[in-house]
Amino acid sequence: MSSGPALPPVATPSQALWNARCRACWLLLAMLALVVASFWSLDLQWGQFFSLDAARSMGRFIAEFFPPDTSPEFLRKVALGTWETLAMSALGTLLAAVAGLALALPASRLHAAERAWARAPTRALLNLLRAVPELVWAGLLLIAAGLGPLAGTLALAAHTTGVLGRLFAETLENAPPGPGAALRTQGVGKGRVFLYATLPQVLPQLLSYTLYRWENNIRAAAVLGVVGAGGLGQLLAFHMGLFHMAKTATVLGAMLLLVGLVDGLSYGSRRWLMR
Amino acid sequence: MSASLPAPPQRDPAWLGRLFWISAALVLLWPLGVASEFKPWTLLAPDNLKVTGQFLGTFLPPAHSAEFLLMVGREAWRTVAIATTGLVLALVLAVPLALLAVRVLSVSALSGRMARGPFWLRQAVRWGLVVLRSVPELVWALVFVRVVGLGPTAGVLAIALTYGGMLGKVYAEILESGDAHATETLLRNGASRSQALFYGLLPQNASELTSYTVYRWECAIRSSVVLGFVGAGGLGQQMDNSMKMFNGGEVFTMLAVFVALVALADQVSALLRRMLG
Repeated sequence: MSSGPALPPVATPSQALWNARCRACWLLLAMLALVVASFWSLDLQWGQFFSLDAARSMGRFIAEFFPPDTSPEFLRKVALGTWETLAMSALGTLLAAVAGLALALPASRLHAAERAWARAPTRALLNLLRAVPELVWAGLLLIAAGLGPLAGTLALAAHTTGVLGRLFAETLENAPPGPGAALRTQGVGKGRVFLYATLPQVLPQLLSYTLYRWENNIRAAAVLGVVGAGGLGQLLAFHMGLFHMAKTATVLGAMLLLVGLVDGLSYGSRRWLMR
Repeated sequence: MSASLPAPPQRDPAWLGRLFWISAALVLLWPLGVASEFKPWTLLAPDNLKVTGQFLGTFLPPAHSAEFLLMVGREAWRTVAIATTGLVLALVLAVPLALLAVRVLSVSALSGRMARGPFWLRQAVRWGLVVLRSVPELVWALVFVRVVGLGPTAGVLAIALTYGGMLGKVYAEILESGDAHATETLLRNGASRSQALFYGLLPQNASELTSYTVYRWECAIRSSVVLGFVGAGGLGQQMDNSMKMFNGGEVFTMLAVFVALVALADQVSALLRRMLG
């Protein structure tokens, strides 16, 4: 080193490592500060939670769940609630798929020459739809649509439109441009280029995104009702509010069964498809 | 187009099939619409329109008194704090359970099949994690609000349990998905399981584990707002109160703060994950 010409200073490996460790240290400190501040600023009632009293009341609370109400008429009601939950999720997802595709078109630049002036504003709208959770949408839509599954369906649709619209837009932009370009150079109009060249290529991907969101939405629809937006959640909130613990237990059981079933089916089908 | 080619069909050759499938889908959709009382025209009923119009009318101007903004700021911080605290407790739950569930760290599995005891222990831990995860956090929160009363404790516990299950399961999956060669070599050469973990398994998967944790923190912020709607404190609880009082201006401000908060968490999480590379 000493005999050769002066080399520009380069970060030796040890220096790079030092820098990386330094950065990690700062990060760790920041995270620690966040955690400590969080614990400190929340008036958490651990004493109350871990006291004998709380344990007893928890025990009593759980004991009241048993035996769950299994009278035929209540089971029928729960089954209806489950069906309503499924219907809400399916319809909400379908509406979202349609609206998402409609918004994905202005939100994507399908070929390089396109000006796509609506791309940024539509993406902002999609982000806004996506940023507000389903439950908050449900709370807002209750005012417009009244209590019941309609508000829940629309809430699921609103949030899912944001999610699917963005995914769809990205899929459309990543579609192979060849077939579309071929039609366009022949003078085929925009709508038909989309319908006969772009859409057929991305349809399987769009379908798989939609199914994945449906799975999520079944889970979301099950609890959406606690603000009054229909389905099993509404039954749960209603009976829990009136301290009908046996009935609450049945509804909870149905909810867990539904979620477990969806999880199992999705896991199984994925395993089967990946075989 | 050259003359030798036949004229292209002017009509979609498959239109009949498409028409059939669309009508079939509509027929199948009918019962779903009935079950979910899907009558969107009720939105346009004069009574509903009036209420909606009034509510939307109060959105502007958004509430902006200093005192209200201070309250919103405090609640926004509480939302972040609930998410962070919940996630830390979830880690306390998830890390040991994930380590218990990881198959790669099994000593008996080195010589063929895992022994029966450890096998069933791992399976049981796995099922426990799945059960914790599959109860929605909102249900946990409803239950805990009954036990510990309104306030952030219920939200923290709900996030801790659901996310504990989620993180534990995914941690175990991440640890098992990588190349097990280094860990196995260490174990075969007489390293203890903790040595194999710290020198083989963790360095290999640390960045993936951390980036998944950061992503979940972002999700926890979103869900801590939602938990507020059942009384678990934070921004969600205030939003619920304002909605019930039809105070559009307050709702608007809080929605804006919430969207900004989520966007911020999104940026921070993306930045952290990029740094972890």
